[in-house]
Amino acid sequence: MARIAVGFAFGAIKKIQFDPCCPWKDAVVADTKDIPGENCVATIEADQPLLAPGRVMHPMEPILLVAHPDRNKVWQAARHVQITYEERDPVLTIEESLARKQLLRGTDNVFKEYLIERGSVKDGFLEAAHIVEGEYRTPPQEHAYIEPNGMAAWVEENGAIVVAGSMQCPYYVQKALKRIFPGRNIRVIQAVTGGAFGGKEDYPSMLAGHVALLALKSRKPVKMLYDRSEDMAATTKRHPSIVRHRTGLTKDGRLTAQDIDIVFDGGAYITLSPVVLSRGTLHATGPYACPNVRVRSRAVATNTPPNGAFRGFGAPQTLFAVEAHWEKIAQETGLDPLKLRRRNLVKEGSVMATGQVLKESVSASEALERCVARASYEAARLSHASVNRKPGPVWKGMGLALVHHGPGFTGSGEVMLASRAAVALNRDGMVSVLAATTEMGQGEATVLTQIVAETLGLDMSLVRVETPDTAKVPNSGPTVASRTTMIIGNILMKASLKLKDKVAKELGAFPTTAKGLKAAGRKLCAKGPLHFEEEYQKPPEIVWNEAAYKGDAYGVYGYEAIIVDLSVDRLTYEVKVDRVFTSTDVGRAIHPDLVRGQIAGGTVQGLGWALTENAVFSRGSMANSQFTNYVIPTFADAPAMDLDIIENPYPRGPYGAKGIGELPHNAPAPAVVAAVRQATGLLITELPVLPEKICHGMLMKKGRTS
Amino acid sequence: MKISVNGRKRSYTGPAFKRLIDVLREDFGLTGTKEGCGEGECGACTVLLDGRPVASCLIPVEHAEGRKIETVESLAPGKALNPLQKSFLEEAASQCGICTPGVLLTAWSWVRAGGSADRQAIRRHLSGNLCRCTGYQSIVDAVVKTIKRRIR
Repeated sequence: MARIAVGFAFGAIKKIQFDPCCPWKDAVVADTKDIPGENCVATIEADQPLLAPGRVMHPMEPILLVAHPDRNKVWQAARHVQITYEERDPVLTIEESLARKQLLRGTDNVFKEYLIERGSVKDGFLEAAHIVEGEYRTPPQEHAYIEPNGMAAWVEENGAIVVAGSMQCPYYVQKALKRIFPGRNIRVIQAVTGGAFGGKEDYPSMLAGHVALLALKSRKPVKMLYDRSEDMAATTKRHPSIVRHRTGLTKDGRLTAQDIDIVFDGGAYITLSPVVLSRGTLHATGPYACPNVRVRSRAVATNTPPNGAFRGFGAPQTLFAVEAHWEKIAQETGLDPLKLRRRNLVKEGSVMATGQVLKESVSASEALERCVARASYEAARLSHASVNRKPGPVWKGMGLALVHHGPGFTGSGEVMLASRAAVALNRDGMVSVLAATTEMGQGEATVLTQIVAETLGLDMSLVRVETPDTAKVPNSGPTVASRTTMIIGNILMKASLKLKDKVAKELGAFPTTAKGLKAAGRKLCAKGPLHFEEEYQKPPEIVWNEAAYKGDAYGVYGYEAIIVDLSVDRLTYEVKVDRVFTSTDVGRAIHPDLVRGQIAGGTVQGLGWALTENAVFSRGSMANSQFTNYVIPTFADAPAMDLDIIENPYPRGPYGAKGIGELPHNAPAPAVVAAVRQATGLLITELPVLPEKICHGMLMKKGRTS
Repeated sequence: MKISVNGRKRSYTGPAFKRLIDVLREDFGLTGTKEGCGEGECGACTVLLDGRPVASCLIPVEHAEGRKIETVESLAPGKALNPLQKSFLEEAASQCGICTPGVLLTAWSWVRAGGSADRQAIRRHLSGNLCRCTGYQSIVDAVVKTIKRRIR
């Protein structure tokens, strides 16, 4: 099947005509009139339609759906639809949205705004010896998972709709489908999912709605696979951002005030923008203690496809700004970026902008010092400076960044989710893990197996993870936000302890051999599996006030320091990353190989965002929606990495673990900018750091000095 | 037409310009070969054609007539894993797994041909295969390990 869009960014659909020379009788076409319930893809709000209701808000907005038994003919049929439309002047940038070129949302185009205030920035600036201002911009980023989005649907004899496909969040899909198909039984099954990184968080609900609608109309199974170009053009991206900093410091570099203004481009519909913005806002100060802080943030509407979840979820954008800003501060004050961080980083007892007191597992200093030592940072910087003074083929640069990341949902998110997960002893003697969290390459199935096996004292081969299927597993919430190990792992640990107690009560002891478990299964599971389900319980000492936006924004934070060592070609201005060092606190590495996998993968994605991934938009459409010209790092580009795991246990995480999935993406980009500054003397404040930008900067510099 | 796939002679009677990847998956049921981009950029659909890695999404099946194709299924025909697959497991060199069949075949063409354990040379040889999960280092580790084991 195919979806038909018209490719203009904003305007009204006037007429739809079906070319009679096409044999339409073999095809099934669905439009808004076929939708039995609400025409929406519900996420936080339900503002995004499943099919455009007479007007389009972005160029990839679906208008019609076509299914055909022959895959090749579906595209022929799609070409025989003529859509007449009236195009209006679209809003394509953050600036145009803020200037209200057109009103796309409410009276000001603002989807959501936040304000955090602590102390008085006015007083902080009065106290300051230095005041430094800077503006930082980040581009959209494509997930570029190697498996594109795909979904299949069929209608069972009893009228139930079944959807199976590539996804992170089966219960999100089910929630969206319930509003499109009210009163119907909806079953959602995760198929093996080939990478996601946030890109399969909300968009699969749209795709599922499309296949289900055609399956219902045609009464046949329907499958829809996006090709690479459609996937890149139509699905979500990382929010583009503009972040402005005004920072006050004492003479010796202690922060007295951080005044931060953030704007994210949300695209045409609100989708996940409020929560992406929230995480971005809460991470905007970086892992630093400052007595006077003001963070103001807005997500605005434009006529581009909605931006969404991507590893880091708003934090990479705002952490890029605060970390790159240290370079600006260093440039203007002559203070050293490493010493500036040492002076201001958070420690146990430090207070964050929301008033949160950091009580435990605070590793900012340890991460920084370990990374600096492993990279011989200070010696290497001196040596690079001497290389750069002499003639040669490259300039060398080394830069660092220090970041944090709060694992789990923001604020009261976990309380509202009230996630559930279960373990069960089966008649065959195997222990099942029943959770809706999904494996997509990150190692969820392995880690949850380990936690359950360890808690029960079993070999891992005696535990199996059941397929996430809404007919079989409870709602464990989405597989996002670095939450699975920490949140779902904890719930499963509790459920495992209850199973263990129950079996021990019945049999005297919990058997730990395959033979013993089989006997226990036969004895205790005659009427079905022995099933223990638990729900998330908020630790009482974690307190968040959503209305005031104050308190413990996250239960804990992970910390990472990164050092990027690179060369800039003096002729072509190409940047080659030679080595990367990371020191990362994960609380406890339940599976160190998988932890290193997350750090290595996230780091290289971050380097891609920093250096080569240049999503070009033309009239609201991605103009380079191919791997040919949207360039992600290859084997030849990716550097050698020294990955150092720090274990500073979090008492409320399973075996001390904190989340790790997103943290590694937060760090690389500002470290690249810092390293390029050492190499070239240029502070590039807008990603990606393309050779063209360095070339332009060098020409400007020459122009100024000659 | 006759094609040798994983050492077995297969006959194919469909359109001559059908993409090799579609013939392998749809006509021969060999779904180990994955499609990532359909334009020869990502390498997920890599198979070996007369021993050399090619993007099966760019090759019309008629180009394979009378030639030898190896897909990922050929690496472990029985229960025992190929030594390269074993190293991939040990080094956690696969995450989501979609790129893995193509990466394995490109790497296997290097290992089998007696390629060196030089990390830069391995990276160059593999640079036509994209992976978005691993950051590549663990894959290079696995290839180096396999070569060192063979030399020993």
